Amino acid sequence: MKVLLKDVNLFSPDQNIDENSTSVLLEDGIISEIGGIKTNDANVYELSGKYVLPGFFDMHVHLREPGREDEETVITGSNAAANGGFTGIACMPNTKPAIDSAEVVNFIKEQANNHLVDVYPVGAATVGREGEVLSPIAELAEAGAVGLSDDGVAIKTASILRKVLEYSQMYNLPVIEHCEDESLADGAMNEGVNSTMLGLPPLPSVAEDLVVSRDMQVAQYTGGVVHIAHISTKNAVQFVREAKSKGIIVTAEVTPHHFTLTDEAVKSYDTNYKMNPPLRTQEDVDAMIEALKNGTIDCIASDHAPHSIEEKEQEFQYAPNGILGLETIVGITLSELYHKKVLTLKDIVEKLSVNPRRILNLSPIKLSVGEKANFTILDLDAVWTVDISKFKSKSRNSPFDKKLLSGKSVGVINNSKMFYNNEFINI
Amino acid sequence: MPLSSRHLLGLQGVPKEDIELILDTAHTFREVLDRPIKKVPTLQGKTIVNLFYEDSTRTRISFELAEKRLSADTVNFSVSTSSVKKGESLKDTIKNVEAMKVDMIIIRHSAAGTPYYLTKICDSNIINAGDGIHEHPTQALLDLYSIKERFGKLKGLKVCIVGDISHSRVALSNIFGLKTMGVKVSVCGPATMIPKRIEELGVDVIYNIDEAIRENDILNVLRIQLERKAGEAFPSLREYAKYFGITKERLDKNGKNILILHPGPINRGVEISSEVADGSDQIILNQVTNGVAVRMAVLYLLGTLN
Ligand SMILES: [Zn+2]
Repeated sequence: MKVLLKDVNLFSPDQNIDENSTSVLLEDGIISEIGGIKTNDANVYELSGKYVLPGFFDMHVHLREPGREDEETVITGSNAAANGGFTGIACMPNTKPAIDSAEVVNFIKEQANNHLVDVYPVGAATVGREGEVLSPIAELAEAGAVGLSDDGVAIKTASILRKVLEYSQMYNLPVIEHCEDESLADGAMNEGVNSTMLGLPPLPSVAEDLVVSRDMQVAQYTGGVVHIAHISTKNAVQFVREAKSKGIIVTAEVTPHHFTLTDEAVKSYDTNYKMNPPLRTQEDVDAMIEALKNGTIDCIASDHAPHSIEEKEQEFQYAPNGILGLETIVGITLSELYHKKVLTLKDIVEKLSVNPRRILNLSPIKLSVGEKANFTILDLDAVWTVDISKFKSKSRNSPFDKKLLSGKSVGVINNSKMFYNNEFINI
Repeated sequence: MPLSSRHLLGLQGVPKEDIELILDTAHTFREVLDRPIKKVPTLQGKTIVNLFYEDSTRTRISFELAEKRLSADTVNFSVSTSSVKKGESLKDTIKNVEAMKVDMIIIRHSAAGTPYYLTKICDSNIINAGDGIHEHPTQALLDLYSIKERFGKLKGLKVCIVGDISHSRVALSNIFGLKTMGVKVSVCGPATMIPKRIEELGVDVIYNIDEAIRENDILNVLRIQLERKAGEAFPSLREYAKYFGITKERLDKNGKNILILHPGPINRGVEISSEVADGSDQIILNQVTNGVAVRMAVLYLLGTLN
């Protein structure tokens, strides 16, 4: 089938491509022509003013399958990803059972087979994510895991972390760390004046700082590769910045909620503001923005964490951590970073596509003739209102319902499929 | 003039006029309680539910007495941990309670914010009888009442709250209420029991109990929770008593007839020595009658709002 994307702005900073008002012809999902195209046998999409970009990638997603299919499945999560503007995601191993065997990696890949969205499992670093025994890292790598993590918790001890960092190097797998010192981690919100005023058990920012700092040192010692997941404190960012300047191989991601919201939001006791790491202070938010600008933070990831309504509708301190993210991350990023002139479109493409793929050692996307079409199509100026009832995700736990945003994904293309106007089409 | 809110969730943000109104009304009811017939018909026909997720016989009985004195119909609903284990959610429990056509819910719960949550899911007036380590507004109002009773005023006084501030809902409610009434508030206890950045609430932090005694008119001494892992927040009860306990020598040494409040029951020899506990008019233990009067005032003012 032939598809013509007409009158688009083609933008791929990686390849120095920046062409306005051009057209792209796809044949059976492959880019066959770029330029002023004349054709009468293609399905034509009038996309005047829209941007065709390398497909976006969210490297921190919880799909809940296997184990909690009532909250999300590989398919519903992938649908949410497509709806949110992503053509690829990496899913975290805190499923039940954990992704600590080749069987579970294969199971997830089978579920995702034939979908527009590419799903890359992240393997558990240790068996059952319990921090005691190395998971079968070579087998996980062979089955297709793209990273290792005990996400939900940090890798338990420096000793096992060291081994994971040494072993993973043989297979080019980054170690994705949820940085939180276990002995300090029994709180429900960020420690500060607001936790005192709300009477909620406090979780100190030093719990994150400690593990980031530990990881930087063990990474330096072993030469291993660490990626800091959902970074959220001013100090942690500072540690990463210093580590990078020393040549330690480290990268970091931040979530939209950590660069837009503070612990003030918890005053509503709304459990949609409960996540881990918790929302921090304005000083931390400012540090996230600065680190996005100066490149200390390499990418933006959602930490998409679906939870059932029953579980979220509990007393704040008993409710589980986490919120949905896949279907709001692009809108929030464009509203808060692009339109507020924190980042350029080039920066955003790097943080939502180029860098996460590079961190996970996935091949770069090329917008060139002969290449497979893997695109995210953005309308930078579309003003829209988040409506959780329209989410493709199986869950509804988003604090961004009814939020007015500027800029959204209008469609994605990958694997000879297109998601456009709320439907999947084979192309 | 009515109260500005139809719930009492805490003393944070409650205006001075409201606190004054509650204290004045409590004073009226205090007189009623000295009469031979202690009952007034004010809340006749109203149904009040005492929903207790935590055991607290003293607080529950105080509310219950207040309700009965106001002629309200009272339902006690103690949610045993077993029904929580059975998996009934808070929301379902509240819906069941509300189906009984209740006008007011008094709630005690181990989780902060639960009373606030109730205001979102039901129409009754909600009174917080203690939520986690957040607030316990009626206990603080009782403390304010007792201080005012003794000094004839609140404004300009200096109060120090002594003990485990981090885990005390009474401390937090006291801080908010006292500050609103123009009282200078400080806290005193081991650094491990003082919340980080509490200065931002406008209170001073004192680590020396002698200084706390010298600098203040009133000490509000919290009960040390013996079951809370001693040895973690402070080295031992012995050390706590030695450095933060209120003893006769300490009071004499600092030469001041300071007023001491304690919610009781006292851990003798820990936060207060027996000698002080038994001595003189320097100490005010939990005042049962005042507690009932204050709760009557709150129930009355909320129950007759519309
Ligand atoms: Zn995590």
